[in-house]
Amino acid sequence: MTEFNWGHFGLFAVLILVSVLTVVMGFIWFERRALARMQIRLGPNRTGPFGLLQPVADVLKVLIKEDIVPAQADKIVHWLAPIVALVPALMIFAVVPFQDGGLLADLNIGLLYVLAVSSVSTLGIFMAGWASNNKYTIIAAMRDVAAVVSYEIPLALSLVGVILVAGTMSMNGIVQEQNNVPLIFWQPLGFFIFFISGLAEINRTPFDLLEADSEIIAGFHTEYSGMKFALFYLMEYAETLALSALVATFFLGGWQGFLLPGWLWLLLKIVLVFFVIMWIRATLPRVRIDQMMSLAWKFLFPLALLNMVITGIEVVAWPDALPWVLIPVNIVIAAGLIILMSRNHKTGWGRVEV
Amino acid sequence: MKFNFYGSGMGEGMMMTLRHLFRRPITVQYPEQRLNTSRRIRGNELVWNDEKCTGCEICAKACHIGAIVMEIDPVKVEKKNKVYKYEVDTGYCIMCGLCVEACPFKALYMGYDYERAKYKRGDLVQTKEMMKETPEKHVSGYFYPEKAAGLPLQTLLIDKISEEK
Repeated sequence: MTEFNWGHFGLFAVLILVSVLTVVMGFIWFERRALARMQIRLGPNRTGPFGLLQPVADVLKVLIKEDIVPAQADKIVHWLAPIVALVPALMIFAVVPFQDGGLLADLNIGLLYVLAVSSVSTLGIFMAGWASNNKYTIIAAMRDVAAVVSYEIPLALSLVGVILVAGTMSMNGIVQEQNNVPLIFWQPLGFFIFFISGLAEINRTPFDLLEADSEIIAGFHTEYSGMKFALFYLMEYAETLALSALVATFFLGGWQGFLLPGWLWLLLKIVLVFFVIMWIRATLPRVRIDQMMSLAWKFLFPLALLNMVITGIEVVAWPDALPWVLIPVNIVIAAGLIILMSRNHKTGWGRVEV
Repeated sequence: MKFNFYGSGMGEGMMMTLRHLFRRPITVQYPEQRLNTSRRIRGNELVWNDEKCTGCEICAKACHIGAIVMEIDPVKVEKKNKVYKYEVDTGYCIMCGLCVEACPFKALYMGYDYERAKYKRGDLVQTKEMMKETPEKHVSGYFYPEKAAGLPLQTLLIDKISEEK
């Protein structure tokens, strides 16, 4: 048991808070601009150069807004909900390595910690939905719980493949394992499952059912305003950032890279993943709740189980297989399994293929 | 094997949005950039020609809103009634253009201008002096094709996109 290092803890806590808040503000600007360009609009361009100060203006606006609590609301829970939702999203970054060994806590069960912490945000969202005393918020909260309960399973199972290939649960160890080949090549199917279930977990499009504006106003934060709403907004983007960071760490090689320093490589990979998430948001329509459930239970869950079994066989049977032999095999297996599963996938009673 | 149901449509959609990312945005930055309006726009004001006007009050009678108030001298001088007061409350006006169509002497036109927002409702009332045609105040081509011919062509967004290419 090493002595607790307050200097290290304080430095990284401040670093994580500052960098997460800055990157989230950058993301908000980036998403609004790039999304607008994808819809051949301009996006915010009045505040500062290229509209860079727009998130700052948003924060200022939200800070001076009135904080309204509904008369029949559960006041304490209503107050606590944004904090319960935001803190776990920030806690994930405690185990994301910025450099070799450059992380707040190099837990030997870092991956398990991520899985444990990431789903606590749902509690905050459910608290918000319940405490607001509003039918729309409670519908949104229940949808979120349903989504997270379903998608947590393929998410966790797809990470079992990562653990099997890397042979460790420490986040830094997983990145160190990827010094030659990023894990996305070893685990194409695992990446596919993790990315899709991750999108559902953080409620991004096309799984943003709990914020379906056309059905349930603004979802769980309908009754929130002012700074508490800002915390939820921050939570959403912090979770998106966390998912991007996790995908970059698990599958794209984290801080591994040449020439540039490690943290810059991580940031570049995070921005790349975030761009893909945003690109999906610009393109795909929202799914229905039954489509979302059937995708989780009938498509991703069996795929994740198969992926786990196949990876296990590969790791046990050919522990020293050459990467250039195994990687094409993995990709072919992944593509074949995805096509096979899509062929047999049904939503409700009808087949997807006509 | 048909691949229509294995996500190829999703891929097409993704490529579509990616292509749009590199297109030129069609947003018009309004106060700095302006599009030409239609040449037959019914702008929210009236333009009045006091030389042609005979004070017949047909415009005031044509106005079914009652936005035009006219006070004339009942005695005709050289076939004209002198107009003492001619006011249009553009707050009431619905820009139907019936007064312009009714005028037998081509003395009344719709305005070409559309930026006439005011802070007070009283400011919306146009008096005789405010309605006269000046170099700044153009006449719309509504109901008068010969006036429309002199105005610039309307810019359409589709033209704007194609001219940039």
